[in-house]
Amino acid sequence: MATIVEKTPVQGDAPNPISPKELSRRKLLMQLGLALNGVVALAIATPIIRYLLFPLKKKDGYLSWISIGDVNDFPEGGTRLVTYRNPFTHPWDGETGNVAAYVRREQGNAFTVFAINCAHLGCPVRWFEQSQLFMCPCHGGVYYSNGDRAAGPPERGLFKYPTRVQNGKLMIDAGQIPTLAGQQAKLVKGIAPCPGTSKPTIG
Amino acid sequence: MPWYKQTYDWVERRVQLEGPVREAIEHPVPRNTASWWYVFGSASFVLLLLQIVTGILLAIVYVPEAGEAWNSLQVLNHQLPLGWFLRAMHGWGSNFMVAVVVIHMCQVFLFGAYKFPRELTWVLGVFLLLMTLGMAFTGQVLRFDQDAYWGLGIGASISSRIPIIGGPIVHLLLGGPIIAGATLTRFFALHVFVIPSAMLGFAGLHTWLVIKLGINEWPTPGRIVTRDTYIQEYHELTHKDGIPFFPYAIWKDFVFSAGILLAVAVCAAVFGPYGPTGQPDPTIIQTVPKPDYFFLWIYSILSFLPVWMETPFMLVAPVIGIGAMLALPFIAGVGEKSWYRRPVAVLSVAILAVAWATLTHLATYEPWSPKMEAWSGAAVPVKYIHNRTPLELQGANVLQEKQCRNCHMLGGVGGERGPALDGVADRLTEDQLIRQVLQGGGNMPAYGKNLSPPQVTALVAFLETLHPDNEHPAVDESRPLVETTAVDTPAMPAPAPKGQ
Repeated sequence: MATIVEKTPVQGDAPNPISPKELSRRKLLMQLGLALNGVVALAIATPIIRYLLFPLKKKDGYLSWISIGDVNDFPEGGTRLVTYRNPFTHPWDGETGNVAAYVRREQGNAFTVFAINCAHLGCPVRWFEQSQLFMCPCHGGVYYSNGDRAAGPPERGLFKYPTRVQNGKLMIDAGQIPTLAGQQAKLVKGIAPCPGTSKPTIG
Repeated sequence: MPWYKQTYDWVERRVQLEGPVREAIEHPVPRNTASWWYVFGSASFVLLLLQIVTGILLAIVYVPEAGEAWNSLQVLNHQLPLGWFLRAMHGWGSNFMVAVVVIHMCQVFLFGAYKFPRELTWVLGVFLLLMTLGMAFTGQVLRFDQDAYWGLGIGASISSRIPIIGGPIVHLLLGGPIIAGATLTRFFALHVFVIPSAMLGFAGLHTWLVIKLGINEWPTPGRIVTRDTYIQEYHELTHKDGIPFFPYAIWKDFVFSAGILLAVAVCAAVFGPYGPTGQPDPTIIQTVPKPDYFFLWIYSILSFLPVWMETPFMLVAPVIGIGAMLALPFIAGVGEKSWYRRPVAVLSVAILAVAWATLTHLATYEPWSPKMEAWSGAAVPVKYIHNRTPLELQGANVLQEKQCRNCHMLGGVGGERGPALDGVADRLTEDQLIRQVLQGGGNMPAYGKNLSPPQVTALVAFLETLHPDNEHPAVDESRPLVETTAVDTPAMPAPAPKGQ
């Protein structure tokens, strides 16, 4: 900015050449004006940034226990596709507010609920009852009926929702798209996280 | 004086734009740049304008709401007169724009146009390329069909791999915990306001630099660019043997741009609009999502990377690629411009072009993906069930029922994930077949738990028949020695193993 001000008086036909004293005052005033703009811009930017960050919530802020059906809806040894309404939706979300999941009932109250999203890049895997496999249409990821990785590019098994049974209802702790976020430490070393543990692996 | 001349003068006395405009368009350019190779930049800009006009026309109908966007596209396609044509123009305009921008980039790269003093022009161009691709991706999202929905899922999946901040990045990208209304509105804002305005600004500055620094001369082998002499040499070139850009060179830009616009219109009229494919309902899982053509090569790469390389590749490769493009004029800013003296440059373009074409071609038939309907849709060829024993026929049944065909071809139909099974008995002995079926391996799932012993017996009996008529199936050389039957009998009719 300083250079621009210095050049201003050079313009030949300026009616009144500016004296050095006057120039230094002009310069100060201009810098003051710029600084004022900077302060105001900062003051405006702060709420804007806060506004833009609205999708961020603290850890587990997007998780909630929801019922996905009656325990008796699921036959033992079977895998069923269920759909539920995501707990965090707006009225205008339409059908995108719905989510699908696979429920596998081993026996009694032992359930495993898989996200339909392939652990590779999130495409919807399909369940094949006859061969007891989940297959992904995008890059050919294949999983066994217990969610373990069977073949293809996925580096781990299917994502699982934490489950519990309450008053005869099957509940899952869900609400956000399952991704690999937070697993890089393990992945970078090339060790896939152990699927099939009781530890929740969701989002 | 006619009325229009009077009006023009009246306006001109006030805006005084004639001088600067004349100066800009009549600036001298080297004679040899009035070439058909120099038309791609202006064509890119014309396509940008076409996209803005058709985009505005679509925006007066499109509803950027997750629950209604898909329906509004149906209305455009089927109910509004020529709504389909506008969508097709915008879609094909986008295809052409990506293609022309990439060709423009290859041309200026091969002509050494990024060298001194045009480094910044190139850098702005790199950003314009990225924004063009950004527009292509966000535009695909606004189509808000199944491809858009799962494409966003892939975007979220890739973002989630960023260490530490992956989770928050996903939520920022999607505008919430899942792909939904907030996702569509933020991509709408990006596609309609943010990126286009940035593009116009960048394209304006890019053009300004072309006018100020002069258009790159046709490279001559041996004419070396140096920081000390180039400006002087270029000045002499344009002033001794130069021609005014307007009208000596620009007519080719006009003709080419008109041709491109016509090509967009013809493609739009003949091939029609893109989709939308199925509704963006995540509970419909009978879908095979696929990106638009300019991203197919990425889709291919992601299916071939070894597991350990995926996350590093997805996160590091784009940084290296973009970084290399931005650094290019600062690393190779002087020296030869001619492609005759720049073998590495020519080879790089050739290799990238071949790699791109190969990956894109592969993505059109996705040999790596199971064909989800093959097991029920692709029949076993009749010749393979002719004159077979009941056990072998039962095996053919197992092959179909257990979805083997989703990954294995038979008679040229079925998946290509695994090898075709025609002639498999030539490659694998009976024991090897059993082992492969039960334990899997080599990217095949193990079927041990999902097949009963009789099913395995039947399946392998059928697979053993898959060999050319004039050849015996493969046999383990040691097998006859342990067989209790006559040594000279081949293993083919040997009884199937008990149990497994």
